[in-house]
Amino acid sequence: MAKSPKAIFWLLFAAGGTVTAFVLPVMILVTGLAPAAGLFSDALSYETMNAFVGNWLVKIILFGILSLAAWHAAHRLRVVAHDFGIRADTFVAQLAYFMAGIATVLALIALLAV
Amino acid sequence: MSTREITLKVLRYRPEVDSKPFFQTYEKVPCEEEWVVLDALNYIKDEIDRTLSFRWSCHMFVCGSCGMVINGEPKLSCKAFLRDYGKKITVEPLANFPIERDLVVVIDDFVEKLLSVKPWVIPKVKKSLDDGAYNQTPAQLKSFKQYSMCINCLLCYSACPQYGLDNSFVGPASLALAHRYNMDSRDVGRKAREDVVASAEGIWECSFVGACSQVCPKDVDPAGAIQQIKITSAIDYVMSMVPGGK
Repeated sequence: MAKSPKAIFWLLFAAGGTVTAFVLPVMILVTGLAPAAGLFSDALSYETMNAFVGNWLVKIILFGILSLAAWHAAHRLRVVAHDFGIRADTFVAQLAYFMAGIATVLALIALLAV
Repeated sequence: MSTREITLKVLRYRPEVDSKPFFQTYEKVPCEEEWVVLDALNYIKDEIDRTLSFRWSCHMFVCGSCGMVINGEPKLSCKAFLRDYGKKITVEPLANFPIERDLVVVIDDFVEKLLSVKPWVIPKVKKSLDDGAYNQTPAQLKSFKQYSMCINCLLCYSACPQYGLDNSFVGPASLALAHRYNMDSRDVGRKAREDVVASAEGIWECSFVGACSQVCPKDVDPAGAIQQIKITSAIDYVMSMVPGGK
């Protein structure tokens, strides 16, 4: 039996899982829920955030968080489909990873545009 | 002698007379307080219906022969105390295996898979008996001891939804035992096991549902073992693609 290339996607999934579990909830709180609740409005003003994301280190970190979370979600969807007994793994995998690929490119474009 | 009476609903299948499995109900089976499901089955076999077939041997969770699905959950019937259940108990053979007869299943597929992962120590240098034992520190023993507790009872295969969906999956116990030998300081067989262990039918078929570890009567934690193999195998895979990596 040949070694499976699933190893690569699993590594992205595992790394993305860590990011999704530890970083994403905080990101959603800080950049989404908190401003909506009127908290730290000065720190999260458009000008401040624009300058913050303009930093290369921040761009790299944000790209890592966003793309890994997308690959995590893609692999999770593939596995969920499998668990539900959908036996079209190749198609599901291609679709899920294609979407993760698009999300990765979009994240890259959005960050480079700042 | 009896302290209470229970009803046992048992899945029967005798291939020479039954076209398909059916439930047979044994009512008013007298039981002692300390009895397990296996005791009740033995009472039925001795006193009520001697045609009932099931496997058992040690009656003390060591041999791994008496695995059955009791009230929908894979259990060793020698470890399933009647007092933990209601008055009516349903007993079925292990799921995901063909039924040979009544509660006896055909386990050939598992045996083949177990052998495919080479579950024995592959030493770097083979010593003769005169050279003495392969020494090991307590810490080295601890790294794999948990996985060596497996008694091949197959409750994990019965619980595993992946094996149920596609039985080409190598499965929890076999992979946990592969890990047991991979982690052994006396063993250098990890590469030899990778062909099966790191294939699509090996660890990568596992989606970490974790049912195997929940039903394991010996706390082996096959799901944990498989995740640990995933890490080393994924690193191996990446390294094999790097120029100069192996």
